[in-house]
Amino acid sequence: MIELEGLTKRYGDKLAVDHLTFQVRPGMITGFLGPNGAGKSTTMRMMLDLDNPTAGSVRIDGKHYRDLQEPLKYIGALLDAKNMHGGRSAYHNLLCLAQSNRIPASRVAEVLDTVGLTAVAKKKSKGFSLGMGQRLGIAYALLGDPEILMFDEPVNGLDPEGIHWIRNLMKSLAAQGRTVFVSSHLMSEMALTADHLIVIGQGKLLADTSMAGFIRENSRSYVRVRTPQPEQFKDAASAAGLSVSLREDGSFEIEGADMAEPVGELAAQHRVTLHQLSPQQASLEEAFMQMTAQAVEYHAHNLNDPGAAAAAAQADPPLAQNAPPAPGQQGQGPQWGKGD
Amino acid sequence: MSYPPQPSAPAPGAPPVPGAAPGAAPPVPPPPGGGYSSPIPIVRTHLGHAFASEWTKIRSVRSTMWTLGIMLVLVVGVGFLIALAMATDDWVGAPLLSGGLFGLMLGQICIVTLGVLVITSEYGTGMIRTTLTASPQRWRVLAAKAVVFFVLAFVLTTVACAITAVIHSSVLSGQTVPEYEYDDPMFKDSISDSGELVATGGQWFDATVGAALYVSLLGLLALAVGAILRHSAGAITTMVGFILLPLIIALFMQAESLKEVQRKLIEYSPLSGLASLFGIPFFEDGAVGGWGLLSLLAAVTGGMLLLAFALLSKRDV
Ligand SMILES: Nc1ncnc2c1ncn2[C@@H]1O[C@H](COP(=O)(O)OP(=O)(O)OP(=O)(O)O)[C@@H](O)[C@H]1O
Ligand SMILES: [Mg+2]
Repeated sequence: MIELEGLTKRYGDKLAVDHLTFQVRPGMITGFLGPNGAGKSTTMRMMLDLDNPTAGSVRIDGKHYRDLQEPLKYIGALLDAKNMHGGRSAYHNLLCLAQSNRIPASRVAEVLDTVGLTAVAKKKSKGFSLGMGQRLGIAYALLGDPEILMFDEPVNGLDPEGIHWIRNLMKSLAAQGRTVFVSSHLMSEMALTADHLIVIGQGKLLADTSMAGFIRENSRSYVRVRTPQPEQFKDAASAAGLSVSLREDGSFEIEGADMAEPVGELAAQHRVTLHQLSPQQASLEEAFMQMTAQAVEYHAHNLNDPGAAAAAAQADPPLAQNAPPAPGQQGQGPQWGKGD
Repeated sequence: MSYPPQPSAPAPGAPPVPGAAPGAAPPVPPPPGGGYSSPIPIVRTHLGHAFASEWTKIRSVRSTMWTLGIMLVLVVGVGFLIALAMATDDWVGAPLLSGGLFGLMLGQICIVTLGVLVITSEYGTGMIRTTLTASPQRWRVLAAKAVVFFVLAFVLTTVACAITAVIHSSVLSGQTVPEYEYDDPMFKDSISDSGELVATGGQWFDATVGAALYVSLLGLLALAVGAILRHSAGAITTMVGFILLPLIIALFMQAESLKEVQRKLIEYSPLSGLASLFGIPFFEDGAVGGWGLLSLLAAVTGGMLLLAFALLSKRDV
């Protein structure tokens, strides 16, 4: 269990982390999500007592990190795969860290085996590929067989197989009752792994919610329809009581899951020609971008799409912090993308 | 995982970690999902574990072998060549073991470099973050680094100086001291009954243990400077400047009004202490001897180490 209370970090006049208060609970994977520069890494460094908070505190099982006698046995962290001495072998990099926490040398060989680096254990870590470096960092996190694990963007630069491996590793660690705290800026990645979600933007807490709740509130199913007879189609659909919206490109969207069948039949009844009838699922990524749009610090300006800036400007975080989804909200879908 | 998976539900109410501070109530109620408890026993770590860790670090990087190897070659090699050169004269006009100074003047740069690298390589690579997450008691990390480095540097420099001293005493022994030198304080007590040049016990001690201590302290100062600056090139340059600049500046202080300042600069320069330990002080009538300057160096090193400790414990890494 990690508890953050009013955690704040200021660099000069820049507020990198702004009064973060949340808990990371055991037995599950907590995803820590935020766009670039949101303050994820800074928060994690403060959790590990590498950076001093400007205000607020972090407690790990009720203790300050600095008061942990053998921290690797409580909490293992991967901050950056590069945080090893490249001129030292993988084995010696881990050995010196193990020794400082009274972890037997045999455990070093074990974790190297777990992450699949046994064959290169005696090689200098300087020559490691991104994926191997990441595995070495994970081996370090596992060294003390800790009850809390913390990973800062562990899938960065990994190939699909590596990503798959990390996902399963995190799941099995959480299944053993451990606390897993993992940061990412990919919503899709979190949707696959995390049980709980903490979203920050510009250092502020934007959401603290269960993954299931987030999906329930933010995934939107609809059917896209293209037709050369838009007027007739719209009239027919409205008459049938379907909520139809017209998009800028001239296509229609009809809210609801499994709507392709009734819409197709409706069109046949009214003899409306359809050029496209396809079920769609709005991505969680969209919901995440929507939520953090105002908080994104480094915008890339899309020259071809003047609408994007406007969409970002009208963004309105759809999630109330910690609030369970209101019953009326379910299935209603978010507020973007509707025709106007 | 090859590590045996653990039963995920500990006894209800059990503290989340075995060996947690006795008397401390479990800070949180048992988590609903069942906590995880590690089978690795938690025993209090102490400085000894930090020593083991730092010893592994220093012996598992190439720079240690290179700097110490080159130091040995320079001290012994240059010492040997100088001994050969001196042996061609009937009378060298210097104390028996003094020729060891020149190799060590070069060799000390290696020790200084290693002292800096011991700490700055961690900052350069990012290893320092990993190190400090493993050992949040930061003073312990720096203390262990300082002790491990100092002992290693001292032992190897003593060995190098001892070999050189043996070479000098065997190559140059048997030189007859001319009568006009009898009153020179440089040769006090080092002329045998038969008029030959010998080295006293004190001279042996100064030229081996004393000189090695001096150079190791310089290395320790370099380590402190490295911890303060956190940058390899910056710290090495600073240390080389510290060693050479007083003499270079003194070179340009030729004006009569600056004579006193010039003299002080030379007398208190780091090389002056080393020269005194080899029995060839820059000033015969200097106010402080080799050991006096060594104490001064120790004080400066201690001060810088304190600053390094203070900065390490409060800075972000
Ligand atoms: N040492 C520092 N000095 C000054 N500013 C800093 C420092 N570290 C971080 N920042 C600033 O704090 C903000 C948060 O950075 P941080 O690295 O925590 O973001 P992040 O969420 O991890 O981003 P990313 O997804 O790109 O890794 C950034 O704007 C960054 O520029
Ligand atoms: Mg980051």
